[in-house]
Amino acid sequence: MKQGYTLIFALAWRNLWRNPRRTIVILFAIVLGAWAMIVMAAYSRGMSQQVFNNAIDNLLGHIQIHAPGYLEDPVIDRVLDTQQPALKTALLAPEIQHTAARVRVPAVVASERDSQGVTLLGIDPAAEADMSFIRKSVTLGKYFEGNQDGGIILGKKLVERLETSLGRRVVLMTQNSQNKIADRGFRIVGIFDTMIDAQETSYAFITLGTAQQMLDLGTNVSEIAVKLSHADHTDKILGGLRAGLPGLDVKPWYTLDALTKLFQDTWEGSAFVWYLIVFLAMGFGIVNTILMAVFERTREFGLFQALGLKPNFILLQVWLESLLLLTTGLAIGNLVSWLTVLATGDGIDVSAFSQGMEMVKLSKIIPFVLTTDDLVVANAVVLILGLLTCLYPAWRAARLVPAHAITRV
Amino acid sequence: MTAVVSCTNIKKIYKQGTIDVVALAGVDLTVEQGDFVCLSGPSGSGKTTLLNIIGGLDMPSAGEISVAGNMLHTMSKAQLAEMRLQHVGFVFQAYNLIPVLTAQENVEMVMQMQGVSKRERGRRARQVLKEVGLEGMENRKPPELSGGQQQRVAVARAIVSNPKLVLADEPTANLDSKTAENLIDLMRHMNSEHGVTFVISTHDPRVMLHAKRNLKMEDGRLV
Ligand SMILES: Nc1ncnc2c1ncn2[C@@H]1O[C@H](COP(=O)(O)OP(=O)(O)OP(=O)(O)O)[C@@H](O)[C@H]1O
Ligand SMILES: [Mg+2]
Repeated sequence: MKQGYTLIFALAWRNLWRNPRRTIVILFAIVLGAWAMIVMAAYSRGMSQQVFNNAIDNLLGHIQIHAPGYLEDPVIDRVLDTQQPALKTALLAPEIQHTAARVRVPAVVASERDSQGVTLLGIDPAAEADMSFIRKSVTLGKYFEGNQDGGIILGKKLVERLETSLGRRVVLMTQNSQNKIADRGFRIVGIFDTMIDAQETSYAFITLGTAQQMLDLGTNVSEIAVKLSHADHTDKILGGLRAGLPGLDVKPWYTLDALTKLFQDTWEGSAFVWYLIVFLAMGFGIVNTILMAVFERTREFGLFQALGLKPNFILLQVWLESLLLLTTGLAIGNLVSWLTVLATGDGIDVSAFSQGMEMVKLSKIIPFVLTTDDLVVANAVVLILGLLTCLYPAWRAARLVPAHAITRV
Repeated sequence: MTAVVSCTNIKKIYKQGTIDVVALAGVDLTVEQGDFVCLSGPSGSGKTTLLNIIGGLDMPSAGEISVAGNMLHTMSKAQLAEMRLQHVGFVFQAYNLIPVLTAQENVEMVMQMQGVSKRERGRRARQVLKEVGLEGMENRKPPELSGGQQQRVAVARAIVSNPKLVLADEPTANLDSKTAENLIDLMRHMNSEHGVTFVISTHDPRVMLHAKRNLKMEDGRLV
């Protein structure tokens, strides 16, 4: 039968090019379908990864540790001591890449012109540099030089709202640990720009040392953020930290930021639905084309049977024709998609639509991310569903042609 | 001499709505090895129906038929296909060839499915194509051949694997008289040189002239 297969292959390939125009049109449809699937997958994968990374970088980390009750009511007296031995030991796990202690309390920042409610963050400049967005987002002035740096860093949008500027002074007001109003003047030493307005107007950064001193906190902090070598380790480390720190509140990113979690979960499902929709449109075209090709060759199939070739030979021939069509289309489709992703470089600028996207923490540039998994799934959907669908015309070719059709013109 | 085809009381009735069309009304026919039988008769007399039944393309409504020792009415469709592949060659009036294959590939096709090696079938196909006068045209595809040349390729394909029987349904109907004459000579030559058994249906008096046995059909019977 090996020789039979080479014959089937030759017949399938040549029949494919018997009507080149039609084949090219349907190839174009497959290429377009594959392209739509893959590029859309790369775009939404890029979006999904960006949402996730931005969320983690947005002072979230993979895990956070607080004093009990802090998350419900983030007041100044719900603090934890960074010097307790159990905490130091618990944070030694190898999967833990970075940790950063913070003072995080509500505050008001005021310029000569205006004032605005913010979240005051007292950060350890060195630890925070690897933990969150702030270090790499300072575009004007500079980042803190040491833990005793007395300056303040504000977001670009907030500085605009307060009608102030780099080098000018603002006053920060909050409650200290004795429930008294603490206020102090700060010079703006840096301005950060994240392209996300909500982020730029929500935070005021001072150093941890300055915050602890201003609020009489000693070595206490409001939270410890933990960043892992990979997000997949979250549950494992979460368990370890909870066991080691029974008196503290340890929470993973997905509890702290349910919206990001929801977005991640929805993505996988919606990508697959998108694949199916594209395939549906494409599948009809493919089946229709193959059926047309089959009906044109009714006599030929009768002839094959008269010559003693079995119906399976005809089925296989038509099916292989579909397979060649699909694989050729997919090969070109993958190539075109890859070139598209290459051509977009760092990503595409979606600033025109970015207002509504800030709520899910998207930047104005979305990168295309092509993952092997996404490629495999898109190709598998087209190939498997395509071959299943093309069983129908193949079966029609094999069954619906009576052998004696050839003798009746 | 052994019988290649033996039919007893073959009937074929087509149902057309409520009317029964009797295509064959009881045909007894024996064809010996090496025979050259010509079936003639008016249009609608049942020639094509009989050839189809002998080739296992159609099933009789009644009667028994054996071809090359196979009792056709006991066989499945797949077994009938296998029987055709091994023992029967067909030549039709037109559209005999697979358009995407070259003349040589068309001739090789049946041998390929029989499992003959590439070398051997190439050699045999070229030799038979030469015998039917198509040397040098092995690589042409059917649209690049004249009607007569196409019919020659069909004859070459029908005889190349040494079948017990070649069934030809009006093989000369679409050919001019000179080309038809050549094709008849060719089939007669194959019959006398290689002992191939032919059963040919035709309206063409020249074919009848060359036949060893002339049978006439009328209203589904041999007369
Ligand atoms: N599939 C079919 N359904 C119904 N009737 C049929 C069918 N095939 C053939 N017939 C009828 O059977 C009879 C015999 O037809 P057949 O084709 O065998 O004649 P024929 O001798 O080959 O004629 P021709 O010389 O025109 O080719 C005719 O009356 C024809 O109408
Ligand atoms: Mg006929």
